[in-house]
Amino acid sequence: MGKQQKKKNVADKVRKTKTSTEIKNNPFEVKINKKKFDILGRKTKHDVGLPGVSRSKAINKRKNTLLKEYKQKGKANKFIDRRFGEYDTKMAPEDKILQRFSLERQRTLEKKDIYNLNEDEELTHYGQSLAEMEKLNDIVDSDSDSEEKGLLSAELTASHFGGGGGLLRKKSPGEKEDEGSQKAKSRQELIEELIIKSKQEKRERQTQKEEAHVLTEKLDQEWKSIQGLLSHKGSKAQSQDQTEKPKLDDYDMMVRELGFEMKAQPSEKLKSEEELAREGRERLHILEADRLRRMKGDLEEGPKKKTVHFSADDLNDGFILDKEDKKMLAYQDGKWSVEEEEEKEGESEEEVEECEEEDDGDDDGDDDSGNDEDEDDSKEDAHSDLESEQGSAEEEELDKDEEEFPTASAPRPLSEEERKAQQEIAKAELPYTFKAPESTEELKSMLQGHFPEKQRLILDRTLKSNHPSLGVGNKLKLQKMFGFLLEYMGELASSKPPELNTVNILIPQLYGLSQLFPAAACKAMQTLLTDSAHDIEETVEVTGRAAFPGLDVLIYLKITALLFPTSDFRHPVTTPAFLCISQALTKCPLTCLQDVTCGLVLCCLALEYVALSQRLCPEVINFLLGVLHLAVPDKTNLGYSVVSPFKQVGRFGELLVLSSPEAPEGWSRKALPLSATQGLQLHSHLETNHYRLSLLDTCLDLVKKFAVLYKDIPSFFHIFQPIRAALKHLPLKNYPSTLQECHREVLEALPETPAEQLPLVFEKKKPIPLKLLTPKIVEVLDYGKKRGNTKEQREQERLKHKYKKEFKGALREIRKDTRFLAQEKLSDVMRRDSERKRKVKELLGSLSTQEGEWKSLKKMKRK
Amino acid sequence: MAPTKSSNVRIETSKESTKSYKKVINDKVESVLQSRKNANEIFDLLEYLQSNKEKEAMCAVHACGKLFSDLLERGDLFVGKLPEEDEVLEGERTADDKYRIFLRHRYINCIEQLLENMGHNAYPVKEASLCMLMKFASTEGKFPLQKLDWCEHYSFPRELIQAVVERMLSEIEDMAMIISRFQEFLEMDDVRYYVMCSIRDHVANVMEKNKGVVMPIFQNNVFTLLSNINMPSQDSELTNFMVQQGAKHNDWKAAKFKEHKRVFERTWLMFLKYKLPGSMYKKVLVILHETILPHMSEPTLMIDFLTAAYDIGGAISLLALNGLFILMHQHNLEYPDFYKKLYNLLEPSIFHVKYRARFFHLANLFLSSTHLPVYLVAAFAKRLSRLALTAPPTALVMLLPFICNLIRRHPSCRVLIHRPSAEAPCNDPYNMEEEDPAQCNALESSLWEIKTLQNHYHPDVAKAAQAINQPLSQTETDISKLLELSTFELMEKDLKEVPSTVPLEFDKATQLLNGSRDVLGIHFCLE
Repeated sequence: MGKQQKKKNVADKVRKTKTSTEIKNNPFEVKINKKKFDILGRKTKHDVGLPGVSRSKAINKRKNTLLKEYKQKGKANKFIDRRFGEYDTKMAPEDKILQRFSLERQRTLEKKDIYNLNEDEELTHYGQSLAEMEKLNDIVDSDSDSEEKGLLSAELTASHFGGGGGLLRKKSPGEKEDEGSQKAKSRQELIEELIIKSKQEKRERQTQKEEAHVLTEKLDQEWKSIQGLLSHKGSKAQSQDQTEKPKLDDYDMMVRELGFEMKAQPSEKLKSEEELAREGRERLHILEADRLRRMKGDLEEGPKKKTVHFSADDLNDGFILDKEDKKMLAYQDGKWSVEEEEEKEGESEEEVEECEEEDDGDDDGDDDSGNDEDEDDSKEDAHSDLESEQGSAEEEELDKDEEEFPTASAPRPLSEEERKAQQEIAKAELPYTFKAPESTEELKSMLQGHFPEKQRLILDRTLKSNHPSLGVGNKLKLQKMFGFLLEYMGELASSKPPELNTVNILIPQLYGLSQLFPAAACKAMQTLLTDSAHDIEETVEVTGRAAFPGLDVLIYLKITALLFPTSDFRHPVTTPAFLCISQALTKCPLTCLQDVTCGLVLCCLALEYVALSQRLCPEVINFLLGVLHLAVPDKTNLGYSVVSPFKQVGRFGELLVLSSPEAPEGWSRKALPLSATQGLQLHSHLETNHYRLSLLDTCLDLVKKFAVLYKDIPSFFHIFQPIRAALKHLPLKNYPSTLQECHREVLEALPETPAEQLPLVFEKKKPIPLKLLTPKIVEVLDYGKKRGNTKEQREQERLKHKYKKEFKGALREIRKDTRFLAQEKLSDVMRRDSERKRKVKELLGSLSTQEGEWKSLKKMKRK
Repeated sequence: MAPTKSSNVRIETSKESTKSYKKVINDKVESVLQSRKNANEIFDLLEYLQSNKEKEAMCAVHACGKLFSDLLERGDLFVGKLPEEDEVLEGERTADDKYRIFLRHRYINCIEQLLENMGHNAYPVKEASLCMLMKFASTEGKFPLQKLDWCEHYSFPRELIQAVVERMLSEIEDMAMIISRFQEFLEMDDVRYYVMCSIRDHVANVMEKNKGVVMPIFQNNVFTLLSNINMPSQDSELTNFMVQQGAKHNDWKAAKFKEHKRVFERTWLMFLKYKLPGSMYKKVLVILHETILPHMSEPTLMIDFLTAAYDIGGAISLLALNGLFILMHQHNLEYPDFYKKLYNLLEPSIFHVKYRARFFHLANLFLSSTHLPVYLVAAFAKRLSRLALTAPPTALVMLLPFICNLIRRHPSCRVLIHRPSAEAPCNDPYNMEEEDPAQCNALESSLWEIKTLQNHYHPDVAKAAQAINQPLSQTETDISKLLELSTFELMEKDLKEVPSTVPLEFDKATQLLNGSRDVLGIHFCLE
């Protein structure tokens, strides 16, 4: 630091003394660097130089740095300034002094050597206390100013020889006394003193501030009193802010409303029915294209777009819309607060009613969007119908839709009147907000005992009151709730008798939840399915056989098909679900009609799964073949073979063989109950036979559907050949005519001979293009400079150049340094030599004078 | 000796014993051991032995065990050829001799009763009886009851062991539990040796008597006992003996490793000579290559059994493959039409049996040779792919790389998946019914079935099938990990990878049934 300062000082000095205009104008100092060419626009720095000035600058600099170092060379000792805070610029000089003093005190107070017991003892000289002597000395010293006493007075010598008094002697007598009094003060006292001091200062500052504040306030008030008199116009806004806030002018309100209206988002144009339909169709097209892409598999996995499901927004947006609507309503009413948000939490009847009303309000809008889809569906089905009919008819259809699907749109599925009626009924019993359940049991206790419709309502309200947009933890709660709901449905399905209607009614809620939380839905479904698959696998491993999965698993599989796209090439839920079906169809042996029913349900599900993707599922074909085999009475000479879980000949090999020829009487085709997969009770032989016929009918229909589905795949004939063989062995004459008809249709659908096919050839590969050898063109931007090709090269070049320059500069500096030093050394030597010469001369001179004197004396003597 | 007297005693004791049979039994044992006078109380003990009550029987078994082993050690039993009990009374013998003969007869009674008890209702009694018999056997080994002619006989209670074995190989009762208990004693080398001898003799006797008719329970017992035998693998391992033979130990047959092997082999062959029930074939074949073949001195003798098993068909044939392979591979066996038979083993059920992994492991081995004729490999590939149309996904995941590997090993089979010469579509020339792989025209066909499987519902299968669209890569796929894949493992693959976004169905679900693509609702209703 000191060095730098010195340098600066030197430079300043140089500048001050020599770079004044005087020097600049001195033609002897100035050297003009000659230029070869004049270039326009180039600024030159070094056209004029002051070599003398710069040289002297350099020499001075060296003198201050290099020379000092040279002189210090080989010298080990140096002075270090350890004075407290000497170089701390931030410290005030008073503080510095204070600190130094306290440090000094501390040092003297500290016991240097604990073993030196005599330290505290009074030092004496000639039996007299030194302190006493000092006092005396002081008196002497103070008197010594008069210089009357002799230099070697007794007192003085005594004090001198007393030793160690030097330090003390320097101090003035006043200070001594001070010190004497301060000695009593300990360090703590000192600190206390400091603290008191600072506190005092603080207090003072505070009081000052307060005073200033009071003064300003006073001034303000005075100003206000005057201001009123001055003028109203200019200061209106200010005064309003402070004084007239609660009052509202019509004008102000209008201004504000205008302001808010400006900010409001422009709403979209109200669309006509055709436009809506077109949009819906387009949206479906996009979704369908996306589905097809996923079905084809991971061919283009890279640019996987984030799929947007608009239908999911229905429920999602509904709530956000709710909020906005409320604010809008509030404005129209002329209210200013946004209390509505809290109202949701409140439980009082009025508030809830208000909410409900508001919901109604936006329901209309929402219903429209919700019904779009239904309408689209219907449009796709019967587009021509729709076009022929006009607006009013469409509206009717809309209503019809609503009636047909009372649970069409998830949150608000009912028509206006129905809803109102229901609300009134519900008001009597149901609360309007529900806590999100924390476990399946909680959910069960919440829902059980109500009618299915009411359960749906409860769920609906639970979802509403725990919508993720309303609270932080709600998202997690609802995610969990999906799992609970699924489990609850499983319980409903496995109860006896199964409450499938309830499950059916709760489906829209489940769908809505799954659309909200796809990941959670995926996880929950996966766990349920894998649990069942794991159970089956374990029992198969232990016992070699397993029972068919229960109705709950079947329902789960069905729900999977409803919630997730089954046509995807690979899907985290549907692929395992399909494996579940496959596992059940291959590992579970059939022991009763109930098992056959269960198997056929699984086949139906499999058909649903592959309906769009037309994927092959060998297990289902095997199973259908096995079921047909169960109906073949004569098991010899079959021409086909069945695989696990069926046996060619076995104990349960004739489950579907009719026990009496008069069985077909009174049989009619009707849908089988799903509950038959759990506890099938058939009371008479006739009933049993009818059930068998129904199963066979289902089986034949499934075969037909699969045949239609697979008719384009290469090995169609070979896949269905065993089924064809089995069909021929069925005892047709015992079957009713509808079944015979069905049988005939199936046989027609299956070909008698294999189709001709082209032999397999590898896919044609794209020819690999030749290597192109286009010349590499390098841009040349500036010719004069050294050029590298790339930026990096150029940068490297630049650095190299810089390094070279620096290196040369450093060399030059070193050379100059050595030259300077040599000069110094030389001058040193010269100086010493001349000194010596001078001294020798002096000596010789004195000697010669002596000699002269001596000779002259001798001459004198001789004379 | 004095039957009337003993019956009196019995009546008395039966009255007393209601309270503490334990004490009574122990007292009697003590008294018999203390003085010869009380010898008749042995009858009471034997009476207890017949008890139906588990605890009494147990107690009696232990008591008898203690009593007779003590007597044996004391040398109180008659040694040598035992005269009939009636003769003793008349003959000129000392009282001491008579006493000994009496005890020896009681000892035999006791053994008979213990053997009887091995069929007791309660397992502990069975177990205790068995242990006690083996204890007798070991004591008898130390204190032989035969007079030894020095050159020929070795002291070993052969008859006792034989009796135990015969009792274990019951014809009417499943003795699996007691046999597994008996395994402990089979660790002893001499016991094992003589047990094997006894089994051999007994099986031969029984089967001869029944004229080779299948006897499931008996054969099952024999199998359980035989499969429990752990053969030593080296000569030096023969160290654990129940009876030590002293000086001539080294000449003893039971101490020779070679003899062990020979007897083991003979016993198995004797067992397998007769017709077995179907499940027994499976059981034998499963352990054949690991526990039987290595310990036989002449494994090729098994060929008859294996050929017979191979010709049975189905799963048994599959299992016989393993043994056959070892014989062919290690013992230079020539087996005619092996590949033809292997080819005919390929049936739809092959993917559903329990031994699928083992079969495909072996099939992979058999077909790994590059010197097989092309038509054969083509036939295998074609047949397997035809069968793949009915296979479950777990099998397909393994099967498709398997077929691809076949084509890789035999590049001339490439025509199966790449036939650029033919232009016109044709019928599949392959004949599935033909049994001879040479005649089935597989080489003229194409693997359309794999093309079909590209449309399989499981993504892994579909991907594996898509491999034939391009020229196959050079390196073979390792199928060893896929052999034993289960459905759940296949499922777990999907569960592990959690994708960032889960695609959802966009058709709104409103009802369980009656959706747009619903099939379930057509045939079933919500009831």
